Amino acid sequence: MSHLIIAPVVLPAVIGPLIILWMRNDLLLQRVFSVAGTALLAGVALYLNLLAAGGEVQVYRLGNWAAPFGIVLVLDRLAALMLLLTAALALAVQLYAMGSGWDRKGRHFHALWQFQLMGVCGAFLTGDAFNLFVFFEILLIASYGLMIHGGGEMRLRAGVQYIAYNLAGSTLFLAALGVLYSVTGTLNMADMALRVAAMPAEDTALLRAGAVLLMLVFAVKAALVPLHFWLPSTYANAPGPVAALFAIMTKVGVYGIIRFFTLVFPQDAVTQGVVTDLLLPAALFTLAIGQIGILGTRHLGRLAAFAAIGSIGTLMIAVAQFTPQGTAAAVYYMIHSTLAAGALFLIVDMIGARRGDLWLRLDRVMPGNGLVAALYFTAAIAVVGMPPFSGFIGKLLVMQATGAAPAMVWIWATILITSLIAIYAMSRAGSIVFWKSFELGPAPVPAPAVAAGPKLEPDEPVQDLGDAPANWLAVASVALLLSGIVALTAFAGPAMRFAEATAAQLHDPDAYVSAVLEGQEGTK
Amino acid sequence: MELLLSSAIGMLTAAGVYLILRLRTFAVVLGMTMLSYAINLFLFSTGRLVVNAPPILQKGVEVYTDPLPQALVLTAIVISFGMTAVVVMMALGAFLEGGDDRVDMPRADRMPGDDQA
Repeated sequence: MSHLIIAPVVLPAVIGPLIILWMRNDLLLQRVFSVAGTALLAGVALYLNLLAAGGEVQVYRLGNWAAPFGIVLVLDRLAALMLLLTAALALAVQLYAMGSGWDRKGRHFHALWQFQLMGVCGAFLTGDAFNLFVFFEILLIASYGLMIHGGGEMRLRAGVQYIAYNLAGSTLFLAALGVLYSVTGTLNMADMALRVAAMPAEDTALLRAGAVLLMLVFAVKAALVPLHFWLPSTYANAPGPVAALFAIMTKVGVYGIIRFFTLVFPQDAVTQGVVTDLLLPAALFTLAIGQIGILGTRHLGRLAAFAAIGSIGTLMIAVAQFTPQGTAAAVYYMIHSTLAAGALFLIVDMIGARRGDLWLRLDRVMPGNGLVAALYFTAAIAVVGMPPFSGFIGKLLVMQATGAAPAMVWIWATILITSLIAIYAMSRAGSIVFWKSFELGPAPVPAPAVAAGPKLEPDEPVQDLGDAPANWLAVASVALLLSGIVALTAFAGPAMRFAEATAAQLHDPDAYVSAVLEGQEGTK
Repeated sequence: MELLLSSAIGMLTAAGVYLILRLRTFAVVLGMTMLSYAINLFLFSTGRLVVNAPPILQKGVEVYTDPLPQALVLTAIVISFGMTAVVVMMALGAFLEGGDDRVDMPRADRMPGDDQA
């Protein structure tokens, strides 16, 4: 077993406290260490991907304790891929945060950033259900701090709602774990899979309740309708780079659903299809409400947030098939939607920095209009899933994977109609912000009395462009994320082969179970 | 014993759910605390109810209580304690910034000029 498997958890866990203890007052040092840490994390994640690409499930036993008793970290293709995605997104977004000056708007940005990464990486790696809860709490508590970074009334209000919603979600998580423990007597996911499979069908009522509770918990994290209410105002009021990083947080929920409902509760077994029956309609509604939300909103932050909800809908449609083909499409679309949502949040933040607020209304032409417009349209095309970018390929894959499903008519109709709505909504927003502004001309228009609205000082929802220490870095990091989408499009073939291998591994849970529970000679 | 514990869990949950649906942060924080108490009791009961039995292996003892839920409850208590502290701080911050302790978004969340439209 390679000790590097635990590095994605330990590395940020060491760098975070170091930043707080030793570099509290030196932003430059914080930046250097934090970026170096994230870059190192990306390197480790790359290595772990090579390790996992062999197809063997790697197990790291903490303290070398034997499996169902000690905690294990498990590295398979999906976990490795999610780690790499997390590190890559975090690195690009962190560069943006530095370039735009967001990280100096409040204290401890970089430390919280590292704790956030620790929680996310731990959640992807752990093979123990209760440990998953602990990592969820770590990533949540860091996200509370990041979400209110910069302060201000609106952000704190939205933050309180966000905390309240997620604390309720956490209590639900504990209840689900309690139910599952009381039925199976174990919290190790591999061991739980064995015991669930061996359980006589007439004893599974409580187990089904536990499985559905667990699905609800992950649905809260993934912002699946009707549990999505925390997302729009949280993401719209969070600092731009933080919202961009949160693009990976909804994916933690999706990851949880994929992991638990391929490993512990495979579709045809004890749960008797109850999860699939709930998940697919929820996914369809998520997609519809997300895309209609893009059309309905008058705030650019909410626009990006609803786009994120819509992409979760598409993703969950693929996941809810619980077929290797569906899961492969989901894995591909997950990479795409994380990068696209991250880029869109950053671009929205760039618009906010240039316009002074995020309301979707006519305003004077902003500085650097052409460049931001080009970035916006690239990201918008990717988000709505038009050719030539990977969103199009991803949606095509999802539709292909659902072609034989009983609800195929509903799925295809929802995907196609909502895509049209999203195209209209994104192009309308873009033309209001970038094109119609020329009607007002570049000179500042005197604001009418009503439009002056609330005073934005000092809790300005956006970072002022004049404050940006290195605007080129901000632009470059957005370009970096978009180039990731281009690469995902250009290398769609290899990416899809990787996704198919990942899906094949997920739908063969026996390999995971035996890797964790067998071959334990030499453990305590 | 079973009736006492289950009714306690049920009543705490009911009170907690009612309180977190209130519009003021103080009630919400109280509700969160109640809910976490209910969950802690519930977790405790997942190892089955055994009275006056040790959780750790000893010579000459036949009946044990399940030690794992006790460890889980300990973790859950620590985490919920920390989370309560965070939510109190955030609620206090929102109160100081906004001047009231309402949970819903203030008027500034609407587009300026929307009221006239």
